[in-house]
Amino acid sequence: MLAALLIVFREVFEAGLIVGIVMAVTAGVARRGYWIAGGVTAGVLGACVVALFTGGLSELFGGSGQEVFNAGILGFAVLMLTWHNVWMSRHGRELVAELRAAGEAVAAGSKSLLALAIVVAIAVLREGSEVVLFLYGVAAAQGGASWAMVGGGFIGLILGSSVCLLTYFGLITIPARYLFGVTSALIALLAAGMAAQAIAFLEQANIVTALDETVWNTSWILSDSSFLGRALHTLVGYVDQPTAMQVVVYAATLGAIVVLMKLFAAPAARSPRTA
Amino acid sequence: MPGVSHRVCLSIGRRFLPALMLAAALLSGGGIARADDAVSLSITIKDHLFDPAELHAPAGQTIAIHVKNLNTIVSEFESSDLHFEKIVPVGAEAVVYVRPQQPGRYNFYDDFHHETQGFLVVP
Repeated sequence: MLAALLIVFREVFEAGLIVGIVMAVTAGVARRGYWIAGGVTAGVLGACVVALFTGGLSELFGGSGQEVFNAGILGFAVLMLTWHNVWMSRHGRELVAELRAAGEAVAAGSKSLLALAIVVAIAVLREGSEVVLFLYGVAAAQGGASWAMVGGGFIGLILGSSVCLLTYFGLITIPARYLFGVTSALIALLAAGMAAQAIAFLEQANIVTALDETVWNTSWILSDSSFLGRALHTLVGYVDQPTAMQVVVYAATLGAIVVLMKLFAAPAARSPRTA
Repeated sequence: MPGVSHRVCLSIGRRFLPALMLAAALLSGGGIARADDAVSLSITIKDHLFDPAELHAPAGQTIAIHVKNLNTIVSEFESSDLHFEKIVPVGAEAVVYVRPQQPGRYNFYDDFHHETQGFLVVP
């Protein structure tokens, strides 16, 4: 029971942080609930499919199929987060200003909502597939689901989901005029962390081998297997022993997002084409 | 309104494409290669124990750890010391590549069953 509780909690907690941020980013946008719920549902279904095909997936790419798959969907999430931030840097303010009045602003916002729903789906899929594999494995080994396993999983789910709500309610206490800046920064850091993690998977698969020396070791201050370390890993990509390549990709992603946001930020006079 | 946002999407798309291609070029130039000179080690998980429980390898070299799951339940072969995690289905063999640079005793485990513990010793 305890193992089921811990594993479900840990995975739901990590996905929950991301879902909480997305909920705060989209606070006040009409119908965002459908998009986020859709993202979670797609993620859960995707997790079951991935769990079902893990055996076959593992054998692809010379036994590194899982790594390539994880790196691929993380890379896709980075693109979605980047696109969202760039889009918001152009339209965020007008969107917030027009939200209450105009219906079409919301319609335009749904493009950005789709990007975020995809990010939610990917986060849930990644964490969820581990939960599905674990619970299915336990159930298969003991010849069926037990009440202890279901109970443990359920408590883990409730505890993990409460982290999602805490993240959301914590973020929306930030005054509205700062919220846009804070959430943009969170999204950018989230994207940079995911890009570095994608590199870590490619390194584990021996596909990326350049710049593989460890740059620093802060495991004695904050291990990334500790609770706080895991949370920071999910949120801002904290790693206690990063390789040089991970640091370079992290910085490059962050830099690219900042530059793109500045390029596309819309002062009233500029047209989109000259941006 | 829809016209404007459509134009913006297109121009963003045009902006992204070169950046993506550059990133891909950098990555491939930066070393997409599966080194064949990796030190190859094998280990099995059976009855929730690693066999052998201790692996030995030289420092500063790429090490391929081949792990075979002979349990009747799925494992997650993982190490926070060596930074890898990988699902190993029942009966399957998986490989992870690690590059420990310092001598040391690196812990790895089955993250789904923490009684399964092992070490990579780098003298």
